[in-house]
Amino acid sequence: MAVVEAENLRRTYRTTTGTIRRRSLEVEAVRSVSFEIGEGELFGLLGPNGAGKTTTIKMLITLLIPTSGSARVLGHDVVKDAHWVRRNIGYVFGGDRGLYERLSALDNLRYFAELYAVPAREQKGRIAELLELVGLTGREKERVEGYSRGMRQRLHIARGLLHDPPVVFLDEPTIGVDPVGARELRGTISSLTQAGKTVLLTTHYMFEADQLCDRIAVIANGRIVAEGTPQQLKDRVADGSVVEVEVYGIEDAQVESLRTLPGVTSVSVEEREQAQLLVVQTAPGLELTHAILGRLDGVGVGRVTSREPTLEDAYVALVTAP
Amino acid sequence: MRQLRLLALGWAFHMKMLMRSAFNSLLGVVYPLFFATVAFFMFRAGDDPKPLLYASLGAAVMGIWSTTSTSAGAAMARERWHGTLELLVTAPTHFAFVLLPVTIAMATIGIYSMVATLLWGWLVFGIDVQIGHPVAFVLAIPATVGSIGALGFLLAVAFVRFRQAWALGNMLEYPVWLVCGFLVPLSLFPDWVRPISWVLAPTWGINAIREAALGGSPFADIGMAALLGSAYTLLGILVVNRALRAARTKATLALT
Repeated sequence: MAVVEAENLRRTYRTTTGTIRRRSLEVEAVRSVSFEIGEGELFGLLGPNGAGKTTTIKMLITLLIPTSGSARVLGHDVVKDAHWVRRNIGYVFGGDRGLYERLSALDNLRYFAELYAVPAREQKGRIAELLELVGLTGREKERVEGYSRGMRQRLHIARGLLHDPPVVFLDEPTIGVDPVGARELRGTISSLTQAGKTVLLTTHYMFEADQLCDRIAVIANGRIVAEGTPQQLKDRVADGSVVEVEVYGIEDAQVESLRTLPGVTSVSVEEREQAQLLVVQTAPGLELTHAILGRLDGVGVGRVTSREPTLEDAYVALVTAP
Repeated sequence: MRQLRLLALGWAFHMKMLMRSAFNSLLGVVYPLFFATVAFFMFRAGDDPKPLLYASLGAAVMGIWSTTSTSAGAAMARERWHGTLELLVTAPTHFAFVLLPVTIAMATIGIYSMVATLLWGWLVFGIDVQIGHPVAFVLAIPATVGSIGALGFLLAVAFVRFRQAWALGNMLEYPVWLVCGFLVPLSLFPDWVRPISWVLAPTWGINAIREAALGGSPFADIGMAALLGSAYTLLGILVVNRALRAARTKATLALT
């Protein structure tokens, strides 16, 4: 049985514009998203900012009611059986928010232990165990406002695991954390599945999804555009090649022109300090470097390289596809 | 049993948090003294000590109401701003037991404002509070504080549903001072104001405190304050899940 099931989940938001003449707009954040997560699996929802990752996770953890579609956690509907679902899930989100900063980590954990109905006689031991797991033992009496981003994030994880939930939702847990802290966090996340938990992780870091996830769903513009193991996603572009061109002042029209070049499968532009990096993915067996450069008339061109595609290229191709 | 423990620990948690902010604590200490000073200057004319006692008790309850109405809104705005509101909602606990400790903590701070006002009046303005019915006075205070706390709880339910509802708490602060007769007798207002006063527990609370202090008959007022406070609490418990569902539908639990 699937532990988490999303079936044609859709969510729209109503927003208004204007001050005197107010106009109501409907924004479609998630459009018919479906996936299943098996027991003990670490499933990644990968996508750029605004792709619909957080909205999807918020529907699964009962914070948002879907506009249409349905979702179940351990067989229980997230709308009809919200209370049951809440007892069996943990939710951890990234960033600075979600903690009572004026109080200590211990105060925060005690309060949430109470809210999550952890029996009084078990609370002390459970909190000590979790502080040990996330490496905060000895710092638990300090106020959270003095914690680094990484420490806060580890405290978030401890809070989310207080009631020992079988399913854990992690929404961009390493966002803004320094590389060393992020590596430690990834180690903690990895240990969750070893402890038998089912994990849904949202991230926009490719290497993180590649390193941690058993399976990945790539979400873009509110839709799942690909799903599979990291290797399966890499294989989608493995036969092609990637041409990278350092350019100065490329126009949108020229990027569009490159997209229409026969054999080009994806084009993206990354902003660098003074230049931009044009990344063009091509179909297998084609040598398009000259054709690409031919369409960059009037643009300053620097270094040109050709290389094998990576998982990141697969991701970029998926999320930038028209 | 678990609910009682949750209420007690939640109250202690929120009290601790409220008292950790030096700025908030300073405002909490100073505000009631401002209210009291304004009231004493307004009512000082003449030699009769009764109006001063009237104002002193009115200012004391003003402090309780202001602490509860504005702070409950600010507390919910803070929970939303800090992202903790969503975590509280995903907790498998009836949301009333999450909100009640917050408002009870606010009302507790309101008790300080009452004591501070009476002491300020005594020390600075020489108002000697002679209590006509000490037992009734002791009963009237928890009935008033409790019923105002319950009204704060009802407001907090609205604050959870609507992102901008904290402004409602601020907006209600001064009209309630007037409509409940904290400083000005209700008899001076048009008749149509009366029904509004009757459904507001602070009206009965201040009457009860004044009657007990001045030696009148406060028990009916105490009963009404307690009854309305219970009604607000019950109504809040009944509608909180509906308010939460609406917030989940309209996506108003988070800032974005």
